[in-house]
Amino acid sequence: MAKGILVFAEQRDGKIKKVTYELLSASKKIANQLGEEVSAVLVGKGVSALANGLGEYGADKVYVIENDALENYTTDAYTNVVADLVKQNEPTAFLLGCSITGRDLAAQVAQRLDTGLLTDCINVAVENGQIVFTRPIYAGKAIITATIPEARPVMATIRPNVLPVDEPQAGKSAEVINVSANVGSIRTTVKDVIRQVSARPELTEADVIVSGGRGMKGPENFKLLEDLADVLGAAVGASRAAVDAGWVPQSIQVGQTGKTVSPNLYLAAGISGAIQHLAGMSSSKIIVAVNKDAEANIFKSADYGVVGDLFEVLPVLTQEIKKLKA
Amino acid sequence: MKIVALVKQTFDSEAKIALEGGKINRQGISLIMNPYDEYAVEEALKLKEKHGGEVTVVTVGPDEATEAVRQALAMGADQSILVNPGTEDIDEYTTAKILAKAVSGLEYDLIIGGFRAIDDGSAQVAGRVAEILNLPVVNMVTKLEVDGGKAIATSDIEGGSAVMEVPLPAVITAQKGLNEPRYPSMKGIMQAKKKPLKKIGLSDLGLDASQVAAKVKVLSYSLPPARAAGKIIPGEPAEAAAALAKALREEAKII
Ligand SMILES: Cc1cc2nc3c(=O)[nH]c(=O)nc-3n(C[C@H](O)[C@H](O)[C@H](O)COP(=O)(O)OP(=O)(O)OC[C@H]3O[C@@H](n4cnc5c(N)ncnc54)[C@H](O)[C@@H]3O)c2cc1C
Ligand SMILES: Nc1ncnc2c1ncn2[C@@H]1O[C@H](COP(=O)(O)O)[C@@H](O)[C@H]1O
Repeated sequence: MAKGILVFAEQRDGKIKKVTYELLSASKKIANQLGEEVSAVLVGKGVSALANGLGEYGADKVYVIENDALENYTTDAYTNVVADLVKQNEPTAFLLGCSITGRDLAAQVAQRLDTGLLTDCINVAVENGQIVFTRPIYAGKAIITATIPEARPVMATIRPNVLPVDEPQAGKSAEVINVSANVGSIRTTVKDVIRQVSARPELTEADVIVSGGRGMKGPENFKLLEDLADVLGAAVGASRAAVDAGWVPQSIQVGQTGKTVSPNLYLAAGISGAIQHLAGMSSSKIIVAVNKDAEANIFKSADYGVVGDLFEVLPVLTQEIKKLKA
Repeated sequence: MKIVALVKQTFDSEAKIALEGGKINRQGISLIMNPYDEYAVEEALKLKEKHGGEVTVVTVGPDEATEAVRQALAMGADQSILVNPGTEDIDEYTTAKILAKAVSGLEYDLIIGGFRAIDDGSAQVAGRVAEILNLPVVNMVTKLEVDGGKAIATSDIEGGSAVMEVPLPAVITAQKGLNEPRYPSMKGIMQAKKKPLKKIGLSDLGLDASQVAAKVKVLSYSLPPARAAGKIIPGEPAEAAAALAKALREEAKII
């Protein structure tokens, strides 16, 4: 009998990713309505110390799968151990964050378990005893609600930074269960890992993002955005035009063919607001646009707009915010 | 080298989306080849140019998807298969099952698809195909080299990139940055008309609808609520910037 909500506790470099807490908080709510419990699965090498903290965020049980071969994510090893765990425990639902890792793993596990998968969801609720997910389609121009009526587990990935995290309950612990797992044969060999070292938050998890477009006029001017990012503790993003011009790396492109982000504050400087850009950031809570063209499409989506030259606006904005924060 | 490219026809991202009878109104919407699949086809063609061989395009979709297939043929693919599932009630599970079945009847060293379809895409079909065919998969590839029965692929990972080696056959999904897709030439367009385009249905693959029935059920379609019109902050740039900082602090309470 299928029972319980299982959450993939994503960690990187010994730190739990924020989306894990978002998943646990959401799972707690649906589990309460269904009268079920919440468990988490934590996978990696030397990660068991992270297990207890998950209890404070709502996990009743934490399955820990440790193995040297699980240090780096590989599709094969992670799929093998996670799919086996899911098979043994038969949860009603298995939820992951819609990160690069979560997306990769979810597709493989869903197929191995012959079940459905809804990806990049922005909400989850219980309706008539069924778990119902909300997800944007067509670049955010339409929204669907959908469910997986029969196959189990119900699987979904949830967009980071959209669902709230409940206050952790200090001292609440989870039952930690060490699972010995068979990683199976790993067909991919990781030859090299290139990390982008940055003191800034990761784009998909950042609370504040400042992005630049073609209006930035050249790579050197992104310094203006970096200065602003420094005072705001923000991540820096870009439009495709800025990426394709070679000013900034592809990894910071926001939009339909880039990253999808949902920060509390998104500032777009010198970005016209093409539909493909909006697709990646329209679920941001507050949108600010700086553009010298009063007719620019971005103003239709912006909560606050400044019509003006970004080269004049950005430095003053940085100074003023610095003053306010002092 | 025998390469299979998985190509989906999608809505043009400029398309205006409207609802009719509680569903998306497909009338008058222009359709394109999924942009990520253009990268996939381009990469397949480059590999063919380098190593010799052939490129087969496989699509699951209605008859109108022929256009996307023709585009791939015009770019230089050699042959194609279009499987019409005969119903619109399909999900990624359905699509992957059909694709895997169609591909399993071909010879292949490499299967290459897009990382994601830009319409209702969810970045799972290619991965599912790999799982069904018991092949390794590397997703979000920005650089690919194939040599001596193995592929070396650079792929996006959390917070950076990784270089992966996989034995062939394998499934690769294309990420933006992999290449610049070519435009079909006039000659390519003419030649495409003569290239094999096999249109088949489920029964031709020995499948019946119940074996590939969708796992996902859509309950409702809606349009997103329009964002309320925002505030333009008046004044000279410096003045406006200061007022903006203040508004973000005191009104939006966000900084
Ligand atoms: C299939 C497909 C996928 C795509 N995916 C993406 C995607 O993921 N992300 C994305 O961003 N785009 C994407 N695009 C491209 C998109 O259509 C636009 O071309 C792109 O977003 C434009 O970038 P931009 O706003 O920076 O440039 P522009 O549209 O050229 O706008 C520049 C803006 O800067 C303003 N400006 C200029 N100088 C100044 C100044 N001194 N001060 C203030 N403002 C100034 C101008 O008024 C203008 O509004 C995609 C397109 C396609 C077809
Ligand atoms: N109907 C389809 N026909 C052929 N290939 C598809 C189809 N749907 C998805 N794919 C492939 O799978 C990739 C990912 O699609 P998706 O999982 O829908 O985001 C696409 O870029 C295609 O390469």
